[in-house]
Formats: sequence, structure tokens, C-alpha cells
Amino acid sequence: MSFAWPWQYSFPPFFTLQPNGETRQKQLSAWCALALAYSQRHRLPAMTVREAQDSPLFANHRLQRKLPLESIQVVLEELRKNGNLEWLDKNKTSFLIMWRRPEEWGKLIYQWVSKNGLTNSVFTLYELVSGDDTENEEFHGLDEAMLLRALQALQQEHKAEIITLDDGRGVKFF
Amino acid sequence: MDRFSWTSGLLELGETLVVQQRGVRLYDGEEKVKFDSGVLLLSTHRLLWRDQKNHEYCIAVPLSQVVFIEEQAAGIGKSAKIVVHLHPASSNKEPGPFQSSKYSYIKLSFKEHGQIEFYRRLSEEMTQRRWESMPTGQTIQVNKDPQAGRIRAVGIVGIERKLEEKRKETDKNISEAFEDLSKLMEKAKEMVELSKSIANKIKEKQGDITEDETIRFKSYLLSMGIANPVTRETYGSGTQYHMQLAKQLAGILQTPLEERGGIMSLTEVYCLVNRARGLELLSPEDLVNACKMLESLKLPLRLRIFDSGVMVIELQSHNEEEMVASALETVSEKGSLTADEFAKLVGMSVLLAKERLLLAEKMGHLCRDDSVEGLRFYPNLFLTQS
Repeated sequence: MSFAWPWQYSFPPFFTLQPNGETRQKQLSAWCALALAYSQRHRLPAMTVREAQDSPLFANHRLQRKLPLESIQVVLEELRKNGNLEWLDKNKTSFLIMWRRPEEWGKLIYQWVSKNGLTNSVFTLYELVSGDDTENEEFHGLDEAMLLRALQALQQEHKAEIITLDDGRGVKFF
Repeated sequence: MDRFSWTSGLLELGETLVVQQRGVRLYDGEEKVKFDSGVLLLSTHRLLWRDQKNHEYCIAVPLSQVVFIEEQAAGIGKSAKIVVHLHPASSNKEPGPFQSSKYSYIKLSFKEHGQIEFYRRLSEEMTQRRWESMPTGQTIQVNKDPQAGRIRAVGIVGIERKLEEKRKETDKNISEAFEDLSKLMEKAKEMVELSKSIANKIKEKQGDITEDETIRFKSYLLSMGIANPVTRETYGSGTQYHMQLAKQLAGILQTPLEERGGIMSLTEVYCLVNRARGLELLSPEDLVNACKMLESLKLPLRLRIFDSGVMVIELQSHNEEEMVASALETVSEKGSLTADEFAKLVGMSVLLAKERLLLAEKMGHLCRDDSVEGLRFYPNLFLTQS
């Protein structure tokens, strides 16, 4: 199924940062929603800002419009404020879009853990996301970067602890 | 060149060297003479030239013989020169290299430059005339003519000398007269300063000074050409003139405004009004000040200033916000419009068309598409479409 672009994507003004405050808010919301949907659908890995400029997400070739660099940065900042983006370096050249926030992933994982009475057990990371038991879960197949962030979020809430096992890392749930 | 005398080149007592320059060639009028490479020296009393190769070869002319000097700029292949115009030689002049000359001037050619400084110093010496106040004493060598320094009042020489003295007197008188003038100018400056400070005081202490005094002072100032301190008014408190002008404008602009859809840019108004006046044109400043009073005087027009700074005159009955609603319709019909396109469609000036579109954007009815293709306005679907 091809990705369903929102109507804004074909609307030229979408690619100009609007000066009117109210209009801009709506515009930015639409951009954030699009970025998250696109990131989820295409399983976007970490990206550089340069790559983002050329990505179909921000450049609509058919319309001959692309979101200018400064505006892309405004969108990225908005995503970050919402907890959906993390800068991977100090210079803000690479970032990761998290269409689902780590806390939300953590919640889903913990729900599965407690539903199945698996608190106080230890899992390898592999088991969690690639094991047969979790095949039907949303977090199945989650990439390691996101998984770790999710578990770290749980760790903050004292619901889990990331541990080192013989052949890698694992997690214990409380 | 016949004014020069042979000299030892030594300075006399009381005579000081001012400046010297190498590489100078002398000309007798327009003709080159054999004095082609020497050091030119200027002292407080004389102009000397000494041959660079043979230092004993030295000639001089008293500065008192100089009538005036001119600069001659350098040309292609020609050095810069100073032209020195001289009085006829006095009969008791010491012998020199030339007995006679058909020219009354000589030229100093600066082959190694230095003419600017030399000219400056020579002019200074000519102005200061120090040789008059510093009598030169005897040189170490015996003077050839022991009576050379004494003034003789007989014969042609005497007449010449008398003429010279008269000229000096006249010169002195003129200088003194100018001295008075410069003193007068000093005084005038003081007076202007004084009146300026009074003007300031009036401005500051408007309440303390009586009406009468103020009027008196103002009339003094006026007679001295200093503008009335109470001149340009600030917004709101217009002068009589501006009030009258505002009323006039209301009369003149009513019809043109109606013809143009109730709104005109201030520049259009300026042109229209001045064209109508012909003579006694309005300054932009006066126009703006008069327009600022339109609303407070309850006249049927008003001045409006947009966010961008653009100033327009509108009929009171004109409602730009309503016009915005119709602008939105127009843009929606066409999908999108640039300011140019909109102006053409509606029959407005591009400036006013743009202002209307910007106002519509500000009100949230339109949004913009800014690209290399230009600035276009679209209906604001961000707000209307879910």
C-alpha cells in the first residue's frame, strides 16, 4: 500500500513557513503529523539534516516545492518539543524521529509483561522484540535503538533494569 | 636671472635657513640656463642656488625682490616648477652671473621633487617677510659694498624704494582692515551662540517666561534669522496652518478618492495635490502633518498606516476589512493570485493591492506561497480545511 500523503502535501503554501501565528500553528501540527507518519511507514533510521532536505518528506518534486532549511529546523524543533525527536550529536546535524515516544513503547512493553505475569523475569533484548512470544505485539520487530530508549524510560520509572548478559544485553522487569 | 648675485653661500648673522632642496634647475624666464643641477636653499632673507658639483658656484637673490610666486604642475617628461616673479634689480645689486635679462621672472625646476614643501615654505616666508624685521649683520667676509644696507633716497633707486614702501603700507592697511572684519565675525559668532542658548531656554521654560518677553525674544531671533523655537508640531497638536491645510485636503480629495475605490496611497495624494496647486507646492512633511490631523478634525477622510509602513488616505466610509472579504472571494475564484494579478483584476495600484492581500493574511483569510516563482496568496485552507 503506497503511503497516503495528506492534502497539505499538495498545497504549495505548506512549503512556506506562514507568518500568521494561528496559521503557522496549524501548519506545524500538520508537518509534525506527516513526519511521524512518514517515519513510521518508512521505518526511518537516524538522519542528517542534509539528508532530510532531499527526502521526499520535505521535498515535493511534483509540486516543485521544498521546505527551506530554516523551516525544516523549525519543524524538527517542534518535534523535539513534543518528545518525538532526539538529536544524536551536539551540533544538531543528525537526529532520530521517534513516531512513538520511548515512554509509549515502554508502556506497551510493560503492559505485555504484566498481562502475562512476567514481572521479575529476565529477557534478552532479542527475545523481547524477535521472540515468538511477542509476535503479535506492536513492539515486535522494534529496532534496538528505540527498544533501548523504551527500556531506559521504564528504568526511570523503576519498572525495569537493563542488565548485561553473557552474550549481550537484557532486561529485568519488576 | 639678472637679479641674482654671486654669493659665498654662507648665511649672514640673523639669517636662518628655512628649507633646502636638491636637484633643482634654474630657468631664466622660459630659457634653460647653465645652472642645471643644484641645491636650492631658502633662508629668511634670500633664495640661494648652489651647484651640486662645485660648491663655490653659488648665487642668491634677496626675497625682497620677489613680487609673487606661482606653481606650475609637472607634465609628461617635465618636472614641476615654481615660477618666481621678480622686481627689477636694484642698481646697487652685487654682481651676478647675468648682466641683463629679457624676463622679469625665473623658474625653479624640481627634478627630484620637493616642490610642494618648498612652495609652502617660500609662501610662508613671503607672508612673514622676516627679512624686514631681522636686519642681517655683517658676514665674516668683508662686504664688497659697505653702504649696501643703507637706504638712499635719491635718484631712480630712491623713487623705486619709495614706491616699495608705499606698497608695503597699503598692504599693511588692508591686512589690518581684514583683521577688523575677522574680529567682527568672531563677535557675530558669539551673538549667534547667545541667541541659540536663549532660544533653548525659551523652549524649556515655556511657562516661566511671560508672554510679552517671549514675543520680544522671538522677534529678536527672527530678525537674526534664527527660526522660531516653536516650529514643527508633534502629532495631534497641529498648527493653524496644518489645520487649514487638512480642511483643504478634505475638499480636494473627496472626489478622487471616490473614483479610486475610497483609498489612495499618500504618494498618489502628494502628486495629485501638488499638480493641482501648481505654485506654492506642499512639502511632504507638511502633507503628512496635515493628514495626521484629519481624523481629530472629524473630516470625512483619515490617514492610515499599515504594518509595512505604507501610508494611505481613506474615506471614513471606506472599510478596508470589508474589502478584505471581497479580496478573499476573488482569490478563491482564481485559486491563487499574486499582488500584480490581483491589482490588475480589481483595478488597483499594485502597492494598495499588496497591502490588501497582506491585511487579509493578517486576518487569517489568506496564506502565502513564497518560492522562486514569486509570492502568491491562497485561501487559508490551513484554517478552513480540517
